[in-house]
Amino acid sequence: MATISVEAQTKKVTPTKWRYFLHSPTAVASVSYLIVLALIGALAPWISPYDPNEINLSDVMAAPSAAHWLGTDDLGRDVVSRLMAGAGPSLFASILAVSIGTTLGVPIGLLAGYVGGRTDSSISRVLDALLSFPSIVFAIGIAGVLGPGLVNGMVAIGILMMPGFARLTRATTMVVKQELYVDAIRAFGATPFRIVTRHVLPNAVQSAIVHAGLLLAIGLLAESSLSYLGLGVQPPRSSWGGMLARAYNYMEVAPEQMYAPGLAILFTALAFNGLGEVVRLALDPRGPKR
Amino acid sequence: MISRERRRMIGKRVLQVVPVLLLVTFFSFILVHLSPVDPALLLAGENPTPAQIEEIRRFYGFDQPLIVQYGKWLWNVLHGDLSISMLSREPVVSTIASKFPATLLIVVYGMVIAVVVGAPLGIWAAAKPGSFADQFATAVASFGVAVPYFWVGMVLVLVLGLQLGLFPATGAVPFSKDPWGAIHAATLPAIALSMSGIAEIVRQLRASLLEVLSSNYVRTLRAKGLPASAILWRHGLKNVGITLVTVIGLVFNRKLGATVVIETVFAIPGTGSAIVYATVNKDFVVVQGIILLFAVIVVSVNLLTDLAYALLDPRVED
Repeated sequence: MATISVEAQTKKVTPTKWRYFLHSPTAVASVSYLIVLALIGALAPWISPYDPNEINLSDVMAAPSAAHWLGTDDLGRDVVSRLMAGAGPSLFASILAVSIGTTLGVPIGLLAGYVGGRTDSSISRVLDALLSFPSIVFAIGIAGVLGPGLVNGMVAIGILMMPGFARLTRATTMVVKQELYVDAIRAFGATPFRIVTRHVLPNAVQSAIVHAGLLLAIGLLAESSLSYLGLGVQPPRSSWGGMLARAYNYMEVAPEQMYAPGLAILFTALAFNGLGEVVRLALDPRGPKR
Repeated sequence: MISRERRRMIGKRVLQVVPVLLLVTFFSFILVHLSPVDPALLLAGENPTPAQIEEIRRFYGFDQPLIVQYGKWLWNVLHGDLSISMLSREPVVSTIASKFPATLLIVVYGMVIAVVVGAPLGIWAAAKPGSFADQFATAVASFGVAVPYFWVGMVLVLVLGLQLGLFPATGAVPFSKDPWGAIHAATLPAIALSMSGIAEIVRQLRASLLEVLSSNYVRTLRAKGLPASAILWRHGLKNVGITLVTVIGLVFNRKLGATVVIETVFAIPGTGSAIVYATVNKDFVVVQGIILLFAVIVVSVNLLTDLAYALLDPRVED
């Protein structure tokens, strides 16, 4: 991103959001990548060249070839098929955690911001306390107690994403609450519920959406870390983090196995951040700036 | 002198820590009790006899109401007793004390790398917005937040550890025995840990410096003919110190969590790998102890950051 140059400010070009989107290479690349990845994730059972769990001990750790584009792993499973099978869980996990964070955080933030006073300070202290737990550590604890698994781990990550959403929503709510028009409708007898749902929420949701876009990548990294540690997606089901853990064990024999899953995580996280940035710019009421 | 306003603010902030710490201990305590299974059964491990379960239940006080258990547990915690590991039969406090130095070393080292690389890059980017330097710094920041840091660690082990042999691939050397050896061995994990920190520091320093440089008083300085370098070094960076303090606190806390994965990758015997080991082996007293330790460190770092902020920020003056 370049800075706001003087010309751009004075020209006052306000292209429509759609046109802006098409002119931003980052936006187009990120969104197309994610669409393709989502399709692969959804269609993996039908389009993957091999069964991702099919063990073939006569052909282990094969180098890339026409039959296996990225070779085979330590059990002779096709790496391309396993990568494709890992796309779904990774996307699902990121979206799950962020959705939990949003659906819990936004109402709590609305409550704290609108009611204020003691309610606000009690809620704020609970949020502070939750934010004090490093999310991966908390997720590991939850996975340990409730049993390892993708959903348990990501619910824990989602709960720790909640305070971020709540704080953001609280801040917006406190600003909107002070607006003159809110005073006016209150004077007309609007109920707090109506004020919150019709006037405060639409304003607060925008910043929450932007925050959600940027948290998807964090969710993805958390999922792959958990799966790497064996506390996320459970073998033999495929996951990028799990593939990395296996490849790491055989690093001295087949070092190239380490690259594909790592790059898959990197590109997906970059695309999530690109998406987040696009959403941020598109929703910025001051219009897109480059 | 510290003004009354400032002192009041600091006092208020310190008082806030008390409920937060209480909640943190409560969450850490309740974690083990979230399980749908009887905690005594969980702690007993594989195939326990009824007598063993009964012994555990009495030893940990699981037969009492939850709030009583919490009170007793908290009382013990305040007296430096985090109970005894089910696995090693060692006090959790001594396990933590022996393992934490290795964790602290890689976190602090990673922090130093992040500041040494990130701060100049962020300042350079803001000094010449839109230039190659700026684009480079932005690219580094995007890469740093998106890259799976444990994968960076794996690649470092492969290339610098095994193939080039510049650093030991895995393991750690106790700092107390051989400081230089310890630092040398901690280099690769520290680099892997520094990734997101570099990104965060570049991003925030660049943003805050750009804001200062586009402010009205800087425009005045420029109009009066002060050279750009003098504006940057004398006026810009003075304001950036506060940002740096805040980012360092934030980044420190994030790195603490990341040690869990990094220590596993590098086979470092620290608290991070210990919590993974304890989780896999259902040694929940240790899990609880380490989670509490991490949370208390985060609370303290946040407090210190806010206090530094209150002392440094010239706007907090009455």
